Amino acid sequence: MNMHVPPKPKKSPIKVVRNIAISIGLIALYVWAFATIEIPWGRIFSERTITNFDRVIPKLFSPDFTFAEKVMEYMMETLFIAFTGSFMAAILAIPFGFFAASNINRNPFLNTLGKWILNADRTFPEILLALIFVVAIGPGAFAGVLAIAIHSVGMLGKLYSEVIESIDMNVVEAMEANGANKIQTFFYGIMPQVIPEFMSYAIYRFEIDVRASTILGIIGAGGIGTLLVISSRNRNWDEVGMILLVIIIFVSIIDYFSTAIRKRIV
Amino acid sequence: MTKPLNTNVVPTGLVSSKAKLRMNIILLVVIGLYIFSSAMTNSSILRFDADFFKNVWMMFVQLFPPNWGYSNVVMDKLLETIKMALIATTIAGILCIPFSLLAANNIVHNKFLYNVTKMFLNIMRTIPELILAVVFVGLFGIGVFPGILALIIFSLGILAKLISETIESIDMNPLEAIRASGGNTLQVIWYAVVPQVLPQFVSFTLYVFEINVRASVVLGFVGAGGIGLILRQQINFLSYQNVSTIIVITFVVVVIIDYISNKLRGRLV
Repeated sequence: MNMHVPPKPKKSPIKVVRNIAISIGLIALYVWAFATIEIPWGRIFSERTITNFDRVIPKLFSPDFTFAEKVMEYMMETLFIAFTGSFMAAILAIPFGFFAASNINRNPFLNTLGKWILNADRTFPEILLALIFVVAIGPGAFAGVLAIAIHSVGMLGKLYSEVIESIDMNVVEAMEANGANKIQTFFYGIMPQVIPEFMSYAIYRFEIDVRASTILGIIGAGGIGTLLVISSRNRNWDEVGMILLVIIIFVSIIDYFSTAIRKRIV
Repeated sequence: MTKPLNTNVVPTGLVSSKAKLRMNIILLVVIGLYIFSSAMTNSSILRFDADFFKNVWMMFVQLFPPNWGYSNVVMDKLLETIKMALIATTIAGILCIPFSLLAANNIVHNKFLYNVTKMFLNIMRTIPELILAVVFVGLFGIGVFPGILALIIFSLGILAKLISETIESIDMNPLEAIRASGGNTLQVIWYAVVPQVLPQFVSFTLYVFEINVRASVVLGFVGAGGIGLILRQQINFLSYQNVSTIIVITFVVVVIIDYISNKLRGRLV
């Protein structure tokens, strides 16, 4: 019996050249990144870091439970910010979603414009928005709510528009053929098809927003981040440990419930 | 012939009244929660008055026109941001391999090990990267190093989860075939697992790179390197025209990176 391995198919020279070019490009990118990044290794591997570790790590893992009450208070504010923000976004995203859905908004120019607006919105980090609002209307939870709401519209609007694009248009056509007007087709033909998915995505976004709103306080937009900044500046690492613990517990619980609810909806 | 419909019983709607009642109660609770939380965060609709729009508009006007003379400084810091994201993604990509194998229940049959790894990854994903950065800045002092560490840990959680899910969904027959013909564990992984997950692995790594670029923009706020540092500075100096330069350039670069990465991912999978 012949035990030869079948010959490998020849690669076309264009592909070989392309692969080599890609490899060289990648290597160059990495050399550039690793060679030009300025990391003060001397300072990082110094006595100071070791003493820092000794001071910080044990305290971080022995959270200060007397601090818990205050942390809970701020964590509740964080949840309120996330909830208000995502609720506003869930409502605001509906018109944007319809605007960006190609089967509803048939004008290709306006449709692309809608998609672009949502893309642009998603690229803009919420903390940047929060920074702008803190400057414009002063620090506080309201700035955080606005930042979360506006940023969330980008993602929710996109997801909504995808849901709308995938609906069964026969229902809509049938209603139109029966003489239903725009409002009737909207409430009886389109909405029942999209509501469960809309709700599922809104809950999912709330989950993300809880995580996002924990950091808003770092720039003065309310929530638990406010406390984190104060504690870390005062080097109260046992307080930071408590804050981290509370965040981990709350986010895990919310993730768990949100996943459970979303499974039941869709 | 079909039976004539009983015209006496007309259904009142598609949904039973019990389901309707439940929906209404849930809706009321959600709206009630919204009203309560908007009161707690002091963000009622009444806040959107003329004063509010005047303040936001004033802020907006001050941002224009962007000061293009400042763009050299911005590009410098932005490149640093991208480098941070690139390095962090690469290291996280390498580190996630053992974690994702341990968190895949078709590779690791030890229930305990599997659950511990899963839980560890879940915890890592719950901590926002900026909070990690605060802790690392406390440990190592300000600079890019704590930023990179924060990004590594943050992206490790996401990557390992995504890839372990991919591994769990692979075709197990090639693995069995190699094992049956005498391949050891490493050979099984190399010849049966890797070819099946490699495209997804690259795609997810690119996706995490996108996330990291966006995340590293703000790390500078807490002193962890990158463009956030000058952003915070310029806002504190009230030089809003420089701020808008930073925002516009960052925005354009992030969009370009997203676009390229999306194209690449589209071709991969």
